[in-house]
Amino acid sequence: MNEKIAVKVDDLTVAYNYKPVLWDIDLKIPEGVLMAIVGPNGAGKSTLIKAILGILKPIAGSVTIFDKPYKKQRKHVAYVPQKGSVDWDFPTTALDVVMMGTYGSLGWIKRPGAKQKKTALEALEKVGMLSFKNRQISQLSGGQQQRVFLARALVQDASIYFMDEPFQGVDATTEVAIINILKGLRKAGKTVIVVHHDLQTVPEYFDWVTFLNVKKIATGPVKDIYNDDNLTKTYGINYKVSIQK
Amino acid sequence: MISAQLEIQLIASLTAVACAIPGTFLVLRKMAMISDAISHSILPGLVVGFFITQDLNSPWLILFAAITGVLTVVLVEKIQQTKLVKEDTAIGLVFPALFSIGVILIAQYANDVHLDIDAVLLGELAFTPFDRVFYGDVDLGPKSLWVIGSILLVTLIMLFAFFKELKISTFDAGLATSLGFSPLIIHYGLMSVASVTTVGAFDAVGAILVVALMIAPAASAYLLTTNLKKMLALACFFGVFSAIAGYWMAHALDASIAGSMTTMLGLVFLLVYLFAPAKGLFAVVYREKQQRTEVSLITFLLHLQNHSEPEERHVKHLNEHINWEKVRSKTVLNLAQKNNMITIENDLVFLTEKGEEFTAKAIEYILTNEEGLIEDMKDDFFLFRG
Amino acid sequence: MGITEYIQLVFSDYTLRTITLGTAVLGAVTGMLGSFAVLRKQSLLGDAISHAALPGIALAFLFTGSKDTNILLIGALISGLIGTFWIRGITSKTHLKSDTALGLILSVFFGFGMLLLTFIQKQPNANQAGLDKYLFGQAATLVESDVWLMTIVTGICLIVLLLFWKEFKILLFDKDYAQTLGFNTKIIDVLITSFIVLAIVLGLQTVGVVLMSAMLLAPAAAARQWTNSLGMMVVLAAILGAFAGIIGTGISATQNNLSTGPVIVLVASVFVLFSFIFSPKRGLLFKQIRLIQNRNDLELQKTLTFMYHIVEDHDDISHPHAIRILNNFRGYSKKGLRKLIDKNYVVVKGEMWSMTPKGFEVAKNLYNQNGKDD
Repeated sequence: MNEKIAVKVDDLTVAYNYKPVLWDIDLKIPEGVLMAIVGPNGAGKSTLIKAILGILKPIAGSVTIFDKPYKKQRKHVAYVPQKGSVDWDFPTTALDVVMMGTYGSLGWIKRPGAKQKKTALEALEKVGMLSFKNRQISQLSGGQQQRVFLARALVQDASIYFMDEPFQGVDATTEVAIINILKGLRKAGKTVIVVHHDLQTVPEYFDWVTFLNVKKIATGPVKDIYNDDNLTKTYGINYKVSIQK
Repeated sequence: MISAQLEIQLIASLTAVACAIPGTFLVLRKMAMISDAISHSILPGLVVGFFITQDLNSPWLILFAAITGVLTVVLVEKIQQTKLVKEDTAIGLVFPALFSIGVILIAQYANDVHLDIDAVLLGELAFTPFDRVFYGDVDLGPKSLWVIGSILLVTLIMLFAFFKELKISTFDAGLATSLGFSPLIIHYGLMSVASVTTVGAFDAVGAILVVALMIAPAASAYLLTTNLKKMLALACFFGVFSAIAGYWMAHALDASIAGSMTTMLGLVFLLVYLFAPAKGLFAVVYREKQQRTEVSLITFLLHLQNHSEPEERHVKHLNEHINWEKVRSKTVLNLAQKNNMITIENDLVFLTEKGEEFTAKAIEYILTNEEGLIEDMKDDFFLFRG
Repeated sequence: MGITEYIQLVFSDYTLRTITLGTAVLGAVTGMLGSFAVLRKQSLLGDAISHAALPGIALAFLFTGSKDTNILLIGALISGLIGTFWIRGITSKTHLKSDTALGLILSVFFGFGMLLLTFIQKQPNANQAGLDKYLFGQAATLVESDVWLMTIVTGICLIVLLLFWKEFKILLFDKDYAQTLGFNTKIIDVLITSFIVLAIVLGLQTVGVVLMSAMLLAPAAAARQWTNSLGMMVVLAAILGAFAGIIGTGISATQNNLSTGPVIVLVASVFVLFSFIFSPKRGLLFKQIRLIQNRNDLELQKTLTFMYHIVEDHDDISHPHAIRILNNFRGYSKKGLRKLIDKNYVVVKGEMWSMTPKGFEVAKNLYNQNGKDD
């Protein structure tokens, strides 16, 4: 395994209204892994991603991306928020949403041009949504909306991708399409970090996993640590999944 | 004090109580802006009703305007259901349109009668003692007193009769349905009472100040208690206090009574907002500061428990790794030491037995999602608070 | 007065021209900014801000004794901003919800303003009358310098909008994402809010505090129904707002005793109503038509599937069957059968019907699809 560390989290503690939701998290994510973050509801999975990305301010701890603070490494990082976090009735088209992925590299005031449009169209094609480019986003199915979000992240052409529940409410075809794209990203040497719910699919989809329940329970390669012991520690009850190896 | 003054204060106080009761439920149900919509949109209802009855104080007029109020609520809900616009936009579209119709109707057809726009906005509390009810030759008192008195009586009867239902449907609509109380009936019942009260109070305090009488006392009370009965009582008290104090302020300034009552309501709210013991601004800011330090402390203790390596336990580590500024790390260290949670030897920090016990319990509570217990635990363990 | 006559009058009469221009510019700028308020779910904030501006007007007059519009509007601006920030303070620091905070600030500030206004009216200062025009607005008091002020603000607003278009859009759609891209969302947020407050304050003289919020919401809500592009929505809202101003001014100028503010608001409301019903994509009328069409299509499909089940058992798909069998099927109607014949799915001879190969293919596909859905 590549020894370069893509994301390093030190002693991270985050509190909502002064109630700790993440406690003293230490985490090292090596470059080039496709990692799932799993844990029960309210375990702080989304919070962890948001804190790494600086959307939430931690009360303690630090985060580095390739050994530098996040603020200096923005261009290396792409983010797919939870689908429910935006207003899908917003008057805009699929292509327009994907174009937003180019805004970061443009900076303030500068407007996207032909070059940005081309990248956006390519990303739409990659996720199989090119024919829907002018569709209003509310008229897309859940799976299609998620693909648009993924395309927007692809446009950012980052080294590290953070995704908050990309498989939530999507159809089976989309799930396969998305995981294939994620696997493709890994093959290209990118690091992909996914908040994931479906414990059954973890061994099939991911090669790295982090168990989280307010505290970090375990992190490492799926083949080494994805076992009933860690699942039980994370989910509290006696947890057994049949792991196909 | 002459009897007219007494009567005005009595009418103002009754109006305040009649408004505070439905207002409390509107605030609790997050529907405060509905009262704004109702108070504006009953205007066309009042005008049309006036054309029919030719009497501003006719009970039919009140009924007619109240129905307009309920219709407004229905219209807002219908627009929300189309999903063409967001919920709050629906409210914002309906009431200015209806209010405009009312204003235009008044300007066009009722300009010469006793219904003008100033009265719509401000009411005519000062004149209420002059419009009296007679039974034969016997003076029964001001008409407004009878109107608002009857409305208050009906409101109180409804409140006592349906208190349980109102309470349950306000705090847990799902439970109410399963118990067999239709939240829908309670909802429209409340809307009807709010509409009738608004119409009744309209005459005295005007369209927009009705909103203040409904919301401000309830909002102030809500910052002081979460007990429904206490909240109702406090809201009524704030309403009556502002009515009487407002009257005398208006008297001193020779200005509008309704405006002055509202200003009093605003002052009451401002004082409560700043100084309420648990929920006021100062209390909240102080508690936030305290909790920030205490959460930092818990974080720090947990960190000590998690790591046995000396470099992770070094005093300097607080600044470097945990990323705290010097001031805060000092506060946290001092607090931990004062509470006998840690000992420091050669700049290395160690958990004491008490510290370990505290940390273990805190983790357990957080993992089982019982954060509330941490507050109790702090009382048990802390000699000094942050 | 005919319409052409009125239009001539607008061009020849100085006062009417000023008022028309003023309400048009005002409608345009509020429509433009209103789009943002509507999309940010801050529709009622405008109502609160406009009401909260009233005491500022009265206090500005009390302190300066001046009736100069600009001075009064600065007072309005300050008190509107105080109201806005207090609303934020209430919702962020206490457990009171935004609807309570809005209603509270709106009514309390307004009541305080009314107290000051009635207090001013009783003062022995001859100069005091005319402040109550800010309640319902009086477009007739607009003078050229007012229109210039509005135009300048609109111009600045337009420049800022064009410059920061991309930032506004991404903040409105996905704030968290905007933050990860490195945009300072607080600055963009303050920028939008300040312009909304500014536009509201500008409209107080014309439309008044009570109805100002409708100027913000109505053109935007109407425009939203006609387009799915943010840019088009803002442009359309500006145009609709301007037309509401022009038409409203026209109606109130040609009728007796009609104040401009309420008429403009009503015109804008009519735009909204029309858009809700007749917009081709989202409108209620077309939605209803589509609903009926879908229902008819569904019945037709069901009839075809029913026929398919009968035909399926025979080796020869075009084997004729009696029409009366179809009566057993609830969705069957003669009209439906005629439609199937028109589409060449079925042929009828006398009292017998038979399926065409084309009809069989369609029915088979339908059956397989529906089977998958179950």
